[in-house]
Amino acid sequence: MSGEEKVVLHGMWASPYAKRVEIALKLKGIPYEYVEEDLLNGKSEALLKHNPVHQKVPVLVHNGKPVIESCIILEYIDETWKSSGHALFPQEDTYRRARVRFWADFIQRQLLEKFIVTITAVGEAREEAIKELRKNMELLEEGLRVNFFPEGIPQYHFDDQKNVRFLDITMCAFFGLHKAQSEFVRTTEIIDLQRTPLVFSWVESLKEVPVVKEVLPPHDEVVNLLRGFRQNAVGSSPQV
Amino acid sequence: MADVKLLGTWPSPFSYRVILALKLKGIDYEYIEQDLSNKSPLLLQSNPVYKKIPVLIHGGNPISESMTILQYIDESWPETHPLLPADPYGRAVARFWIKFAEEKLSSASMIFRTSGEEQGKAVRETVEVMEILEEHAFGSLKEKGFFGGEKVNMVDLAYGVMGRWFDAIEECSGVKVIDPLKFPLFCGWAERFNEAPVIRDNLPGRKELVDFYKRRREMMLAAAAAASN
Repeated sequence: MSGEEKVVLHGMWASPYAKRVEIALKLKGIPYEYVEEDLLNGKSEALLKHNPVHQKVPVLVHNGKPVIESCIILEYIDETWKSSGHALFPQEDTYRRARVRFWADFIQRQLLEKFIVTITAVGEAREEAIKELRKNMELLEEGLRVNFFPEGIPQYHFDDQKNVRFLDITMCAFFGLHKAQSEFVRTTEIIDLQRTPLVFSWVESLKEVPVVKEVLPPHDEVVNLLRGFRQNAVGSSPQV
Repeated sequence: MADVKLLGTWPSPFSYRVILALKLKGIDYEYIEQDLSNKSPLLLQSNPVYKKIPVLIHGGNPISESMTILQYIDESWPETHPLLPADPYGRAVARFWIKFAEEKLSSASMIFRTSGEEQGKAVRETVEVMEILEEHAFGSLKEKGFFGGEKVNMVDLAYGVMGRWFDAIEECSGVKVIDPLKFPLFCGWAERFNEAPVIRDNLPGRKELVDFYKRRREMMLAAAAAASN
């Protein structure tokens, strides 16, 4: 770490929110110290001190000052380390910035949080969540095409990691694991090549970006984790 | 100068966040009141994903979600009345409290939509949220003024709905949630907000708000009673 800069990231190996921050820090080449938090058995004193309101990861502590919430941390990183790596947000085009924010919020509330419901809910609530998740993936397909990739995604586009930016990070930190996640939604793939080809190719190519590959947890560990959550939700029933 | 239109409904607090931001910045705009029971083609075309208000249309470009609209306004008209601090850390803290408002204030609207046990639950949840705010958010203001220092900023606008709207909701729901003895910092801030320049001239009237929510509550409770018969 150079000079006065001290960057500490409090995260957890399976937290997609923490993964977003790791991807951003690595893309921008910002050195940092990583602290793995054991969220079930004992959060560190530092975490509780820095995030008293939510007591969650990720927390980025920059020179002793805490920044909380993954999307807010990404904006902070982009604004603070302007000359490191590439810009994560559109710079001049305020309308594009607004669209990026809108779709990041959509990914969070209408996709990620709905997926969580498919794991933690049972019966009709779960069926409803599965239906909504599918419908919302189709809305993302349309939104992605209209706003960001009207000509589709060029081959080798993400080989240049300057093309990996805020919205890409927001999506792939969680849905990069869609194959593992799909094992728990029973009737369908959550990202279906047939129904949402643009979203599928977007996520599949982002998964291959070296920094993303390095940061995302292995497929089997994610499957085990999700199985654990699912079992807690349904009790002792083996049905998934 | 590209034209600015705002699609909203009266007296939606989400609409008002945008109205107050536009007024603070001195931006001319055309307000178009929407009928949500019969949504206009303009609304459906401008917000096809959620079909909700508010929507800001600037030079033909639609932006939706009230706090996204406020960030857009701040970035597109940066010269007057900045709505966020200039330094990245200050902005990150502001954004944290804005997100908290987006996530946690909905329990308040449940107070006027429900009665009995459900209402009791909504009241308890709202009080918990208020306790966090009083300690961690309004606690940092002391006597100073606003989240924006001497001037109102985006965080003040995010919570501004809690002043007059909460007051109206409490009156027509018959429950008192904001006890000035328990939440002195919040109450002091809310009074200052309601009296702030520009804000004070652009809030809906208290009587009109109370009448509106009284009628709404009667309709909602009647509908709920009919549904359970």
